[in-house]
Amino acid sequence: MSTTSYNRRDFLKTGGMLSSGLLISFFVPAGAKRFIPGGETPEPLFAPNAYLNIGPDNTVKITLAHVEMGQGIWTTLPMLIAEELDCDWSKIKVEHAPPGAPYIHTLYGVQITGGSSTTWSEFDRYRNAGATARTLLVEAAAKKFNVSPSECHTENGFVIAGNQRASYGELADAAAKLPPPASVKLKDKKDWKYIGKVKKRLDTTAKISGEAMFGIDVHFPGMLIAVPAHAPVFGATVRSFDASAAKAIKGVQEVVQVPTGVAVIADNFWAAKQGRDALKIDWELGPGENIDSTTQFEEYRQLAATKGATAAQAGNADDALSRANKKIAAEYIFPYLAHAPMEPLNCTVKISDDLCEIWTGTQMPGLDQSIAAKILGFKPEQVKVNTLFLGGGFGRRANATSDFVAEAVNVAKASGKFIKLIWTREDDIRGGYYRAAFLHQVHTGLGADGLPIAWQHRIVGQSIQEGGPFAASIKNGIDPTSVEGVSDSPYLESIPDHNVELHSPKLPVTVLWWRSVGNTHTAFVMETMIDELAFAAGKDPVAYRRSLLKGKRHLAALDLVAKKSGWDKPLPQGRFRGVAVHESFGTVVAQVAEISIREGHLRVHKVTCAIDCGLAVNPDGVKAQMESCIIFGLTAVLYGEITLEKGRVKQRNFHDYKMLRMNETPLIEVHIVDSNEKMGGAGEPGVPPVAPAIANAIFSATGKRVRRLPLQSSDLVKV
Amino acid sequence: MIKLSVNNQPYTVDVEPAMPLLWVLRDILHLTGTKYGCGMAQCGACTVHLNGEAVRSCVTPVRRAENQTVITIEGLSKDFSHPLQRAWIEEDVPQCGYCQSGQIMAAAVLLRENPHPTDQDIDDAMSGNICRCGTYQRIRKAIHLAAKLSAK
Repeated sequence: MSTTSYNRRDFLKTGGMLSSGLLISFFVPAGAKRFIPGGETPEPLFAPNAYLNIGPDNTVKITLAHVEMGQGIWTTLPMLIAEELDCDWSKIKVEHAPPGAPYIHTLYGVQITGGSSTTWSEFDRYRNAGATARTLLVEAAAKKFNVSPSECHTENGFVIAGNQRASYGELADAAAKLPPPASVKLKDKKDWKYIGKVKKRLDTTAKISGEAMFGIDVHFPGMLIAVPAHAPVFGATVRSFDASAAKAIKGVQEVVQVPTGVAVIADNFWAAKQGRDALKIDWELGPGENIDSTTQFEEYRQLAATKGATAAQAGNADDALSRANKKIAAEYIFPYLAHAPMEPLNCTVKISDDLCEIWTGTQMPGLDQSIAAKILGFKPEQVKVNTLFLGGGFGRRANATSDFVAEAVNVAKASGKFIKLIWTREDDIRGGYYRAAFLHQVHTGLGADGLPIAWQHRIVGQSIQEGGPFAASIKNGIDPTSVEGVSDSPYLESIPDHNVELHSPKLPVTVLWWRSVGNTHTAFVMETMIDELAFAAGKDPVAYRRSLLKGKRHLAALDLVAKKSGWDKPLPQGRFRGVAVHESFGTVVAQVAEISIREGHLRVHKVTCAIDCGLAVNPDGVKAQMESCIIFGLTAVLYGEITLEKGRVKQRNFHDYKMLRMNETPLIEVHIVDSNEKMGGAGEPGVPPVAPAIANAIFSATGKRVRRLPLQSSDLVKV
Repeated sequence: MIKLSVNNQPYTVDVEPAMPLLWVLRDILHLTGTKYGCGMAQCGACTVHLNGEAVRSCVTPVRRAENQTVITIEGLSKDFSHPLQRAWIEEDVPQCGYCQSGQIMAAAVLLRENPHPTDQDIDDAMSGNICRCGTYQRIRKAIHLAAKLSAK
């Protein structure tokens, strides 16, 4: 499969450019073993090796089955190939894959970047791709040199035998004609030159020079800009509209109605936005108008008073609670959160008689392709998706409805024009697909030894999986993403009598996964409540956790963070510490936050972080992700809140949906546990422990427990 | 018709004088290194230099740039050789990268005005620029490094 095209090459100034060269087309051996967490039986994999090709100029072009949205996969996947291929690192060029069978997630069955899964899910596939290519190049060289393959070795993009040497580029043509090897042997860990070593990102120069192309940057002659007008409340529809004022604006070309609203198409963004703002639309509001954040939580509270679907159950928590020496009950509230990636959502669409071409930044290009095809009555192969750099994703660009892509296709279809659809920041903040709002209620009881003997937990919040491509994961009324972090909590394993129940109310507000998904709220509840129990038991928070946690990864991360943060050492006057540890996406992260509170103002001075993700393929990449997660989590603690009043989202831009800034950034120290455990993810698992670590530090300072996020000013006043 | 000098190139553009400089750069001149993030001077992704000062091009009407000198990220250096760019590479700063043009342009003015900034100076100069990936710690390190590289 060729992964280049005229158009793509024409504008993609960075990364993917390469003269077509000679495509080595071969196969990954059928028996190629994949890394499967949990030991499921791998499906036989016999896909064309669409992951790399080598040009006559020795360029190694690597095609990514996953997309670069900041997490560093543009560098990590090439490291896996380079490790086995033994190529010249400076000759590597990288590009995103189009939708296609070879790029389907090795575990999830759809082409997706998400779930902090890229590195572990591709660990074997990309190494095999590199090893297969190397085997063929060696074989081609052996023929050329008239020696046996065993007499050849490879070095930095050359095959060498005695005095003879040939570059990979010289051998590419001959290697392409050879049959694929039945199997390849991967390198021994001790021989790794790339894996586990720090490698600088391959996308940095593009991103510091203005050369990097994001979806919003594409431009073609004849292309127009579209800005949509969306409903003021969720689920509303257009009754009628008056576009006369919009059409009077210089540069406005056309106004079209689409299922999601009305779009103004103009010569440039500025004209399109002015036109959009001048539209007069009469909306059929529907029930979305009745949603109000205050009453929503009141309704959730009433639901929490009733029995929900069972997510986890052992023993008899009611009985155990009645025997408890000490009981603690608490309720927690979490708001809707917008992802707010820095690059506003956008999508460019060109439709001709029998082809639709799309340019965008997306985490699910295959799904976008099929949804676009359905809208147009095309076959999926008639829709070409070009994925550019994503200016942040955080889950927002992996949407089962392909919302912004579908809207762009509808605008192009309705207008017959070649358009780039751009959402304003306001459209993004008010555009839904939020982290769902949640309410938790917990009743716990301590035994005579101070350890918990009973745990009752009810969770109320919308399901994000319902109706989506992973809806099959909902079993017995439980969307696992609503309860992950509670129902599978290692603490519950130490509590013989427990139950976890879930209510999944339906609302018109659209919801979606948001960096670390359910763990964004469940880790907060578990880790602040455990801290509360430790205090009630008169135990040190780290020691108390150690007495409940059995897993060696949890203990290793906890011990490392305690050591590196100086947990046992006294703090300067006015400084306070809190700890949290949480497993998500196959990785355990422990964090200690050091804070002070002055005149009701919280300052987070330092966050020490320890991560056990198993093998860290690019250790500096893992550190960067932890830094990123900590800022992301801290932003939600301090500011993150989407509120609705009469169905209307109150926030609209960064002045009222605030982001953490440089002056609020703590010192962050990341330590990686030297671990041989199963590989986990790194893009998300640093988020969940941040909020509870800070809340626990606040308790230490104020004597008050934080029950609601974001922090309220009353949380920062001493009892 | 409005005459502009962008990255030392003369341009004449036929646009509304009220059109923000950002959209002239992006949609008319196709200099897309300058980014749209908020449209209301909240995030700094659109930062460019107007006569050497860092301005938010999303709220700067193009008429303010008439016959003035505009430098964008594309004009900072031809070969990633600006000390800030070298430092950004050394510290592996960018993640998604979308905000980094604005970060670098803001930092360039800081370093010109204050060749040896303290952490507090960096906070003061850089807190108008949002990075959703949270690369602030590396930006801070890179600015300190760039100060050293410039001094050499």
